Amino acid sequence: MTYIPKPKVRHPSLPRNALGLTRRDYEGALSTLCAGCGHDSITAALTEAIWGLSLEPQNIAKLSGIGCSSKTTAYFVSGGHGFNSVHGRMPSIAMGANAANRNLHYIGVSGDGDTLSIGLGQFAHAIRRNLNMLYVIENNGVYGLTKGQFSASADIGSKAKKGDVNQQPPIDPVLLALSLGASFVARSFSGDKAQLVPLLQAGLRHRGFALIDVISPCVTFNDHEGSTKSYAYTREHYEPAVNAGFVPFEREIVVDYAEGECLPVVMHDGSRIVLHKLAKDYDPTDRVAASAYIQARAKQGEFLTGLLYVDETQKEFHELNGTPDVPLNSLSPELLSPGAKGLDRILARFR
Amino acid sequence: MGIIAQCRAASSGQLAADGRRRDSGGEPPAARRPLSAFRPTAARFLRFAYTLPIPPPLVAPRFHLAEMPPTDTSHPDYFHRVVDCQWACPAHTDVPEYIRLIAQGRFTDAYMVNREANVFPGILGRVCDRPCEPACRRSRVENKPVAICRLKRVAADHKDEYASRLPKIPAVKNGKHVACIGAGPASLTVANDLLPLGYRVTIFEQLAEPGGLMRSNIPSFRLPQAILDEEIGAIIGMGAELKLGHPVKSMKELLDRGGFDAVFVGSGAPKGKDLKLPGRAEAAPNIHIGIDWLESVAFEHVKAIGREVLIIGVGNTAMDCCRTSLRLGAQHVNVMARKPRQFFKASDWELEDAEEENVRIIVNRAPKRFVVEDGRLKGMLFDVMEYDLDARGAITAERITGEEFFAASDVILAIGQENAFPWIERDLGIEFDKWSVPKVDPVTFQSTRPGVFFGGDAAFGPKNIIWSVEHGHQAAISVHRHCQGEAVTDRLAPGINLQSRKMGMHEWSYSNDYNPAERRLVPHVSLKERFKKLNIEVELGFTAEQAAAEVQRCLNCDIQTVFEAKLCIECDACIDICPTDCLTITADGEEAELRTRLRAPAKNLEQPLYVSAPLKQTGRVMVKDEDMCVHCGLCAERCPTAAWDMQKSFVKWPHAEDQPPTCQPSLPKIA
Repeated sequence: MTYIPKPKVRHPSLPRNALGLTRRDYEGALSTLCAGCGHDSITAALTEAIWGLSLEPQNIAKLSGIGCSSKTTAYFVSGGHGFNSVHGRMPSIAMGANAANRNLHYIGVSGDGDTLSIGLGQFAHAIRRNLNMLYVIENNGVYGLTKGQFSASADIGSKAKKGDVNQQPPIDPVLLALSLGASFVARSFSGDKAQLVPLLQAGLRHRGFALIDVISPCVTFNDHEGSTKSYAYTREHYEPAVNAGFVPFEREIVVDYAEGECLPVVMHDGSRIVLHKLAKDYDPTDRVAASAYIQARAKQGEFLTGLLYVDETQKEFHELNGTPDVPLNSLSPELLSPGAKGLDRILARFR
Repeated sequence: MGIIAQCRAASSGQLAADGRRRDSGGEPPAARRPLSAFRPTAARFLRFAYTLPIPPPLVAPRFHLAEMPPTDTSHPDYFHRVVDCQWACPAHTDVPEYIRLIAQGRFTDAYMVNREANVFPGILGRVCDRPCEPACRRSRVENKPVAICRLKRVAADHKDEYASRLPKIPAVKNGKHVACIGAGPASLTVANDLLPLGYRVTIFEQLAEPGGLMRSNIPSFRLPQAILDEEIGAIIGMGAELKLGHPVKSMKELLDRGGFDAVFVGSGAPKGKDLKLPGRAEAAPNIHIGIDWLESVAFEHVKAIGREVLIIGVGNTAMDCCRTSLRLGAQHVNVMARKPRQFFKASDWELEDAEEENVRIIVNRAPKRFVVEDGRLKGMLFDVMEYDLDARGAITAERITGEEFFAASDVILAIGQENAFPWIERDLGIEFDKWSVPKVDPVTFQSTRPGVFFGGDAAFGPKNIIWSVEHGHQAAISVHRHCQGEAVTDRLAPGINLQSRKMGMHEWSYSNDYNPAERRLVPHVSLKERFKKLNIEVELGFTAEQAAAEVQRCLNCDIQTVFEAKLCIECDACIDICPTDCLTITADGEEAELRTRLRAPAKNLEQPLYVSAPLKQTGRVMVKDEDMCVHCGLCAERCPTAAWDMQKSFVKWPHAEDQPPTCQPSLPKIA
């Protein structure tokens, strides 16, 4: 951590977004994570992505649970809404908030412990409901806050700092999400903002649950020789399959796409993601093939990265439940409450 | 599109070509690939390109243009240049160091840091031309530079006794005797540097007081006599023999019979330019040459001037003339400029100080003739000028659109000055060019006659005091080497030392936070008070509170960001924390192209890019744009592997005392 806050002084010619704001205007409180933590890079990528989309800070809700990762939400967009929930229960809070106000951009930041251990059930059901949110897992394979025990995402054979070797199989959140029917599944690396920032932007624009599993090395407990989630190991073994270039709706698209290599996916708001396929025979719109390919690569020790699966046609929570277009919290009590008579009518249906 | 297609093809090709990875369905997890495979070749580059909407063709030039080599930070100039003020100072004063000492209340220490480089901190803290301030990084970050010059005065005003800290003068001399001609800043610096080495130094001065133009041309309301006496006295007190009222009439005689081992000419540029226009001769009693007139005022030969005064010229001498006139009884002073304001030679602050005293500066008036009636000056006639400027602001054409009369009881000519050497015979081996300017080597300051050196305004025409001081330092090196029988051209090169400022996990031995305070204004004596006497110093100097605030504006540019590429794990922590977005990790490239790929626009080509050696995990490079770095040290604080460190740079700018030991066995050891 740092003792002086990041000075407010900025580069005089820093670019401004459509709202006239610079990246610096989207920063949050001073990070107290370890120097060199991957989570801080993800914070910076989120800041950049949100700035790039010109989102208004007051329209952003940041949600988290417990863990090093869950501190992240304090470190960007200090003008946004925030909720730091009970361990592993962030999806419930997001669910409730989203149900009440569908107009906000929900950004959940969680870790491998918060998501894959204590919060696994919540995580799975948020995916099933296709809750409209961006869900970022800052995945470092260890419980950093409790001194570096293996987490549920630690690979078999990965060595702890003191030499213990992990024997239990890892839970891969990407494969899990695919099997649960997720509509947007991506993986990236905190050390590759060039890939991560457009993925975050695409995830923020996706209507439905957008999962981005970000390998985020724990510089204190899991960045040594023998670790499979260190900076060096990740760089050696990660393989971009599909890079996403996010194109805002407003921008006219003038480039030609080479067929089979670039695949534009139109989002609900008219913006689009252009997928650059780096692996020729990979199809990011085929759930079964994607799942098989990811597993095949994993078997060879590769982390496949990029936007691995996307389906813009899937209905999200509000569509599935037929809620009104306006946020529920903007409706009058008369409209929201059925009244005694109405309640009787409803109950009568079940008698 | 072609390039991108090629690139993509290359990418797929690489995947396909790698049989092990493609076909080994049943094999165990692949062994680690060598790190070298991850150098950002074109095929690999896509993964690093942040692309909207698809990778721009920045991949292409990498095959054709030269990549930037790693920056050679071992070259003493690299880190020196980062300290913009020190780099801009002719004498290479360690500005950030003395500002920190002032911040700690160590005024005498701050004074001595100054004195080592610029010899006259009290004088220069008032009247320096301050080339450091336009260079100051703070002016790029938030418009106004640190008030470096006025902080120098703070150190001088608040210092304690320092005589005991001056170099010890050996009792036994080295047998060499040096003559300095003129007692101005250049000669005094030569004496300052040579006396501690055991030289006898004799200074010849034609006036009755030492100081040269510092005393005769700078009015006492800007530079009090007491300050001059003190700082000149410190040098004379080292044992220089000062011969006042002793003009050198013949160089030949001095060389033949003086018995000197070397002669330094620091006689300044004492000849003010005249304006030969109709009426000049008739009105002579009321037309004054600026520098001569200022000298007469300084020595109290002139005590009054008429009610209406015209100053011709807009250099710093003109500003001194107009302000002095106001103190000698003038009621209306007009400064007449031939060209528009952007072409003025005077420093901005000198113009502002004059205008504060209600001096009118009138542009686009070219002198035509002096108007004389009944044998007395009545005024001057001017042509009204008009100029055409090109896009860069240079004059492309000029026209006269009319003429205008300005009444005047006196006219002061401040249109420049020249060096003049009627007392140097032309058959001594000292060569002059066709304008009668001596041929002087710009490095050694030696004339074409070995053993005769020039410095200050005498060498290359009018500059300012800080240049004269540096000329004196360099000439002293030459004199020393000449007297010891060594080649004057064989000089010690500048050097630099670095020393970490890390004290603990997040603790630095300098105040690293950025302070958003705005530049303080130096308080002035009220307009009513200041004209009562000629020698009331107008500037009061910073108050304690102002000085305390102003020192915090310094960005500590001498606390260098030093990068060790082999320690970097490319975690991006430094890039994320940098408040001014100076840092980027990216693929190397040709400079112009690389500048377009950085986190923040790097459009200031005056400021260099630092490029590291290739980083070990990806082969990319760390690039730092030095332009906007505020030296807050957060990159080093955030770095988990101490690849970044904050290190104080000490520029070693050699003086005479640093030159290799003398070959004279009789030279006593210097205490």
